[in-house]
Amino acid sequence: MSEIVTTPPTSSTGRTLRTEEMILNMGPQHPATHGVLRLELVVDGEIVVDVIPHIGYLHRCFEKHCEHMTNYQQVIPYTDRMDYVASMTNEFGFVVAAERLLKIQVPERVEYIRVIMAELQRIASHLIAIGTYGIDIGAFTPFLYCFRDREKILDLFEMTCGARLLYNYMWVGGLSHDIPPDFIPKAKEFCAYFKPNIKELNDLLTYNEIFVKRTANVGVLPADVAINYGCSGPMLRGSGVDWDLRRDDPYSIYNKFAWDVCVGKGEMGTVGDCWDRHIVRAREMEQSIRIIEQALEQIPEGNVQAALPKRIRPNPGEVYARIESPRGELGYYIVSDGSATPYRIKARSPAFSNLSVINEISKGAMIADMVAIAGSIDIVLGEVDR
Amino acid sequence: MSPQEILERLTSKFPDPAFGIEAKLDAQVDPFIKVSPQHIIEIAQFLRDDDELQFDFLSSLSGIDLKGKLGVVYHLFSIAKRHKITLRVEVPTDAAEVQSVESIWKTANWHEREAFDLFGIRFAGHPDMRRILLPYDWEGYPLRKDYQVPEFYNGMRVPY
Amino acid sequence: MGLLDRQFDSSNIVVTSLDNLLNWARLSSLWQMQFGLACCAIEMMAASASNFDMMRFGVIPRATPRQCDVMIVSGTVTLKMASRIKRLYDQMAEPRYVISMGSCSNCGGPYWEHGYHVLKGVDRVIPVDVYVPGCPPRPEALLEGLIKLQEKVRHETLAKKR
Repeated sequence: MSEIVTTPPTSSTGRTLRTEEMILNMGPQHPATHGVLRLELVVDGEIVVDVIPHIGYLHRCFEKHCEHMTNYQQVIPYTDRMDYVASMTNEFGFVVAAERLLKIQVPERVEYIRVIMAELQRIASHLIAIGTYGIDIGAFTPFLYCFRDREKILDLFEMTCGARLLYNYMWVGGLSHDIPPDFIPKAKEFCAYFKPNIKELNDLLTYNEIFVKRTANVGVLPADVAINYGCSGPMLRGSGVDWDLRRDDPYSIYNKFAWDVCVGKGEMGTVGDCWDRHIVRAREMEQSIRIIEQALEQIPEGNVQAALPKRIRPNPGEVYARIESPRGELGYYIVSDGSATPYRIKARSPAFSNLSVINEISKGAMIADMVAIAGSIDIVLGEVDR
Repeated sequence: MSPQEILERLTSKFPDPAFGIEAKLDAQVDPFIKVSPQHIIEIAQFLRDDDELQFDFLSSLSGIDLKGKLGVVYHLFSIAKRHKITLRVEVPTDAAEVQSVESIWKTANWHEREAFDLFGIRFAGHPDMRRILLPYDWEGYPLRKDYQVPEFYNGMRVPY
Repeated sequence: MGLLDRQFDSSNIVVTSLDNLLNWARLSSLWQMQFGLACCAIEMMAASASNFDMMRFGVIPRATPRQCDVMIVSGTVTLKMASRIKRLYDQMAEPRYVISMGSCSNCGGPYWEHGYHVLKGVDRVIPVDVYVPGCPPRPEALLEGLIKLQEKVRHETLAKKR
């Protein structure tokens, strides 16, 4: 082998050309940023040297609205709009926090319905995450498959509360109304229908050679970095940390069901790469189906509203309650001054913390990999910016 | 560990009253421990690195307007030990400066920027104290209770 | 070619006005800017996915404004985003159309009163052709809005400026 002599590039006039870092702007209008995220990429040729995320293009003043509502129930529609891909879990987090502040117990039927709805919502949310991730990588068909199945879940929600996307269904102290009588058979039908589809989706996308090549060993997030950055949900579990709030900080009635926490094991590459985060989502859908099936079997009869005064006035105090949303730890910090209006509500959104790690995991990646990394984080900008 | 035990461990480590450790552990509220804004970084370092405590996960960092004072609330959890504690610091509104804990938990980086953006709390030692949600040329701190919405921003009318 | 197939074997001539021809071409291929803002973007995605199939109207998502005919403003426009939307609109080639999807981009929606960072209606920065109400509008409502836009395009004429 002859030795290769590298010389600096020259122009036609013989002048030596400089090479310098270039700034590449990605977003806020970019098909792969899942909304209005703007990434400022500092690139050295094709290699990403630094990523500076700019967020806030969807800052809708959620926290200010909460302080202006005349009662706690009015906050719920705004929580819906925060993470619009998983509205049910957002409501769930808020009502759990508010009920802990009020120190009330809700009827058991309410807990069951809430768990069923939250798990259906988790499947719907993961379907969007997987479908759009497929588009990012270049596969359009899984997107159509995912949306076909998601519509079936939306039909279930629609027959329950009339809305497709933003439900306003879980209220402080209960639900807006009971599920219709044919909900349970329809939901069982859905579970039976959906189970083989997960395998189909995995065959189509997850184990696809091109998909694996694009995602394995890309954007590796080590476990200690993930914890230090406050990552949670599939992002943390993809890095091999066995941590799920449904099991480890139990709320509602999740401890009544048998299910497993899915963690990334580095099957296709390194633990904590994009493929691991993807497979955690795909496997969580199976576990959600397990929870839903058990809940549908066990659901008791009963009332769907706890006895509450018309105007809720919690005692002065504060509470921080967190639940496992499809994206991770969704926490609500509520401060009450004893009046009917919340004094301060802070939403700790999982996507906000998950996104902050993007700079750490994309240094040294190619520009094309940025799309794979950003997609694997599964951000919802409504929740990042609130 | 219970909040009471965590408090005892903290006070035995930092007996000096300058650290301002003061507990609110009554039943009306989630228990929290008030500490001095000048010493939050040492306390945070201890909380994370102590073998008994191991608070490795900063769940949330929130600003709060306490009318005349501004507060910062830290919700800490330990994935290893599965216990939790809430810290709070309070500073006067006109001199709102708190030590940054960004070097201890990277989560704080964005959360502190958010608290700066919406409440105007400055974090000393933060590497990148810029606004995060609002545009860089925005004036005022919207989540303060006395905030007045501007009439115009860049030629666009803001109120309805 | 469906209806027109083998209808003109002998002459190959269709007589129409230039207006009609242009309008027919425009309304049947309203390429859409692939650009989502907020909650409504999810319904917009649902509208272009399997169950609703927006592409049957000739609405194909394009990633760059220079290839687009219609911008669907799908969601809350914040003050930070408004200047970017204006720029994207300016980059689109004439004739260009705007559908404002959802209450937020119509008038501020639920954020109209306390939303200090929300633009109360996208029509404060760019002209809007069709408003679709709803929070969020169902995919059917978006399709209805598209059909309304097609009707509008059908009655355009070269003689008058839009």
